[in-house]
Amino acid sequence: MIDTNVNLFHWPFRRVVGDDPADLVARLRKKGVTQAWAGSFEGLLCRDVAGVNARLATACHQHGPGFLVSFGCINPKVPDWEEDLRRCQENHHMVGIRLYPNYHGYGLGDPAFTKLLSMAADRKIMVQIALSMEDTRAQFPLMPVPPVDPAPLAGLIPRMPQLNLVLLNAGYWAGDRTPGVRAITKAGNAYFDIAMDEGVGGLERLIAETSPSRVLFGSHYPFFYFESALLKVRSAGLPRDQEMAVYEGNARSLLRRVS
Amino acid sequence: MLLDRRTVIKSLVAGAFAAGAQAGAEAPADASESRGHFRVWDMHSHLESLSGNTPEERMEILVRHMDRLGVERLILSQGFGEHMPYPTPAQVRDENDRVMRALKHFPDRAYGSVFLNPQNTEFSIQEFDRCVRDGPMVSIGELETDVKCNSAALDPIVERAISMNVPILQHTWIKAAGNEPDESTPFDLVELAKRHPQAHFICGHTGGNWELGIRAIRDTRNVYAEIAGSDPVSGFVEMAVRELGAERVIYGSDVGGRSFASQMAKVIGAEIPDSAKELILGGNLRSLLGPVLEAKGLKS
Repeated sequence: MIDTNVNLFHWPFRRVVGDDPADLVARLRKKGVTQAWAGSFEGLLCRDVAGVNARLATACHQHGPGFLVSFGCINPKVPDWEEDLRRCQENHHMVGIRLYPNYHGYGLGDPAFTKLLSMAADRKIMVQIALSMEDTRAQFPLMPVPPVDPAPLAGLIPRMPQLNLVLLNAGYWAGDRTPGVRAITKAGNAYFDIAMDEGVGGLERLIAETSPSRVLFGSHYPFFYFESALLKVRSAGLPRDQEMAVYEGNARSLLRRVS
Repeated sequence: MLLDRRTVIKSLVAGAFAAGAQAGAEAPADASESRGHFRVWDMHSHLESLSGNTPEERMEILVRHMDRLGVERLILSQGFGEHMPYPTPAQVRDENDRVMRALKHFPDRAYGSVFLNPQNTEFSIQEFDRCVRDGPMVSIGELETDVKCNSAALDPIVERAISMNVPILQHTWIKAAGNEPDESTPFDLVELAKRHPQAHFICGHTGGNWELGIRAIRDTRNVYAEIAGSDPVSGFVEMAVRELGAERVIYGSDVGGRSFASQMAKVIGAEIPDSAKELILGGNLRSLLGPVLEAKGLKS
């Protein structure tokens, strides 16, 4: 099982289990995970992005070589972010990056974001966008962070066929049938994790709206209970081949696309 | 020794292949307790956000998903149609009638909970009598945004609940950007509960912001924390058990808008003893409903 959406270190507003990398790895292994794509909670608020990524890479190497796959953070609104992207790929050997546009204060129509996507596509580096991190109703009242509006992606993705894009925590748009969202869900190079996919029959709906080959197992652990994603797959009533594709086959294919 | 990126990627893909061979033989483990181990009763369910056109069709969908995760029984309440913050008596009656149609279709899989609009006390009492005293329903709620639940308008309804020994499920939230008009908080519910120490209140969603909701109800012993309808944020159930005791925590899902999976995960994934999980997933609810079920000759 490949978990494409886990987080290292401390959530800013609460201690959660597994916020020590060694402990996180032990917990994930016990749950049957064989590989975890890990971002860093530090990336949400820290502006020394290079330091965030170096600590992430070190922790993944020390505590989970071959198990924790580090996804560095890039903030295209800080100076010289291009160097951070270069270091992610060339120094840290990262296969992907994870973006937090709402925490970094830009929309997906921002030219800096377009440039970042284009550079990532050219470098064949995977891009994960965390469209949200938590329910806005439950956020710390002094720090409201609305979810990311994905609509501009509808125009960007078709122009970048080499891009490999993963949308994390996209559940809040479930049932949205606006043309922009439909275009995104139908794009062949856009993938979706299931961490915030909700409702009875939610996973079956997500697969129907996207594709059996573009839905990924992602838990948003340890912020969320890991078992949420696990039980979603177990209770979806999927054919065995689709179930295994969600658990890991699709993630494996995506890895091959960036290799 | 530092590896180059291509070597790293190749090893990841190879590792995944090896893992796939293992996982292909057996689905991933560690949530095995979710199948059949516990008797799961769900305090909080609706017929909303489901694809069927009738209560019976929607209930069939719910039962299919209940079976996949071993949910034995639902407590079903309003919500077939659009959310109505201030429903008319006719709308309230329609909602309850739809619930009773679903119950009739699956009598072994659900009990009903009567929907009321406390703004209209006289009608609420009549509807309680129709659906609970003289009908098949076994609890009150989910009461939603009609009027804040600390209002004196709820007192006659609570007295009726006490007379039949049925619990009351009250919607509560503490929203970061402020609640809707007349939307209740756990603080409002505590006020009501303190006026009626003999009644049993279930704090729906535990205020959503559960770190506050748990504290708000902590010293009011006749208020139970209910975990439905929020993201499966880790630590929720552990804190509730630590501060309230497992005896005061109740599982609910808030399906169909939420999934059984995400909501059961809060309990299945919590680092608490199995004995506590048993209480939360159904034991506490069966104890609360015991008197009314017995009085009605229903199974518990």
